[in-house]
Amino acid sequence: MSTVAHLNPTIKPQRRYSALEVRIEALRDLFRRLWKNPSARVGGFLVVATTLIGVFVPLLDNYNPLKDGDLKAKYATPDCIVGWISSQLNDTEKLSLSDMACVHPFGADKNGRDILRRVGHGMSVSLAVGIFVVVISVTVGASIGLAAGFLSGWFESVSMRMMDVILAFPSLLLAIALVTVAGASLTNGMIAIAITQIPTFARLTRSMAISIRNTEYVVAARSVGANGLSIMRDHVLPNSLAPLIVQSTLMLGTAVIETAALGFLGLGQQPPFPELGKMLAESQPALASGKWWLMVFPGVTIVLIVLGFNLMGDALRDALDPRLRGTD
Amino acid sequence: MSTYLIRRTLESIPVIIGVSILVFLLLRLIPGDPAIAILGERASEENVAAIRERLGLNKPLPEQYAIWVGNLFRGDLGTSIRGNSPIANELAHRFPATIELALVAITLATVIGIPIGIISAVKRNSMIDTVSMFGALLGVSIPIFVLGLLLIYFFGVQMRVLPFIGRLDSGIELETRTGLYVIDAILTGNGEALRSALTHLLLPAITLFTVPLAIIARITRSAMLEVLNQDYIRTARSKGLGERPVIITHALRNALLPIVTIVGLQLGTLLSGAVLTETIYSWPGIGKWLFDSIVARDYPIVQSVTLIVASIYIIVNFVVDVLYALVDPRIRVA
Repeated sequence: MSTVAHLNPTIKPQRRYSALEVRIEALRDLFRRLWKNPSARVGGFLVVATTLIGVFVPLLDNYNPLKDGDLKAKYATPDCIVGWISSQLNDTEKLSLSDMACVHPFGADKNGRDILRRVGHGMSVSLAVGIFVVVISVTVGASIGLAAGFLSGWFESVSMRMMDVILAFPSLLLAIALVTVAGASLTNGMIAIAITQIPTFARLTRSMAISIRNTEYVVAARSVGANGLSIMRDHVLPNSLAPLIVQSTLMLGTAVIETAALGFLGLGQQPPFPELGKMLAESQPALASGKWWLMVFPGVTIVLIVLGFNLMGDALRDALDPRLRGTD
Repeated sequence: MSTYLIRRTLESIPVIIGVSILVFLLLRLIPGDPAIAILGERASEENVAAIRERLGLNKPLPEQYAIWVGNLFRGDLGTSIRGNSPIANELAHRFPATIELALVAITLATVIGIPIGIISAVKRNSMIDTVSMFGALLGVSIPIFVLGLLLIYFFGVQMRVLPFIGRLDSGIELETRTGLYVIDAILTGNGEALRSALTHLLLPAITLFTVPLAIIARITRSAMLEVLNQDYIRTARSKGLGERPVIITHALRNALLPIVTIVGLQLGTLLSGAVLTETIYSWPGIGKWLFDSIVARDYPIVQSVTLIVASIYIIVNFVVDVLYALVDPRIRVA
């Protein structure tokens, strides 16, 4: 190669790529594959939108739920665009868009609190909880799984039987039971949901560790004196990353749903703080009298958050699965 | 097969012991004094002492556990704090409501979900496939309580076509034999009650079956796709077999294993989903009971319901595993 370069200066000699460049190229390749997938684009949009709202609403709007509420606005119907659309659907009074006020675009609840504002803050709570839950369960689960896969012996038996016990409960039921005895609060809810998710990550990482520890390159690494810890760090963890990322994305959706479920049952965030599940529970008594906006906006918000994570998780799985490469 | 059965049974013993310890500890892990947590801060000392005595909280933990397990084996789940009645009696009364709802939901989910999955797989990347798979993704993304409230609003409040509270219209008498109202109404030839029971079932069943339906459709599709790529399918087609027998006898049969597994596992989803569904629709099953007991701080009931649901879940998992091994000899040796 160097001789060719010597003869023809326009051909650059081929060089070795650094590890960083290889990783960047792999990431660009991943993004290219994701971009080709329409559901990844929709999911990506939803995830980015959720994240931006979740981060910026608390920063831009200093919300004190104790002081929120204006009894004059009790059960105010949605105005603005939503109000205009519903006035077009009801034949009685057709208003033009310019006539609409924009005080409560999503309406107000029984205390006259603005639903849009509370949905915005509720979204950031859901997102924060989802991320917190998954970070905890991935960290704990992957550590247990790695250790079990590599140490084997009694540690593996004991830890995996413990995981089996947790998995013997339907996850939401275990979370409900744990929060009931620990006391209803958002923090306890997060911890309880995280506990129910740990086994999934532990099993996943353990199976990766077992399949990798018998590969030739790990045997080779051992033979040149690498110890268990460095093998875990340099070989097992990077190879487990793809399935862990996919699983984490899907678990984010589950965590958001289960947090809202605990909130709905009165076991999560306590009033008056805004939380989407709690808002839904509070909307039910008003539903019978046709006050749909209390339920629709928090409900649709949860669906969009979860749909974003699920679309993204599915797309990541397709993009990261080497068996599917080159099939399209 | 018998070796497999023995091994699988032995394997589940530590899990059952672990589950029983965890459920047992639930009541004892309440921060502070469980008796005060149950009765509230202002309870008198005599009452607190009485509750402690009744729950056996004064004895050492291992002894409490032994007594608790011993009672379980005799079918004694303890008594509720508020009602003072045996939990087992109430359970027997409540359980059929949940079973009826869960059975209807899982049957509908299977009967609708499998054909959707097959069609999606056979017509891969077609309009039908795209629409039904997006629908399935939406199905797993919509929380039970959101769907339930939406259905109540549209069918119960706006259109007023379906009831959304309880199991029967008030004023309808039904002689209960099995506790499954639809069956009871048929057995007693009570047409009015049958109609009422079926309409009351509809919204809760749709609410509860959405997630299993979506999951069953997705799993069926991917299992079918995997099988449809196999050589024996090509062989079957090349020997001139029509598309229908290829799909039904050759493909579906081999794709059934993962489908059966997932149908079984959905029962767990159904049982925890029942807590939310029954709460929304005031359905008098064990889910609503659990919710009411949480609100009333009746911890012995919370403990019992948790134990019952976990036990059902373990048994279903066991049965699914055994069925799987029965059908697929490769599992037995693995």
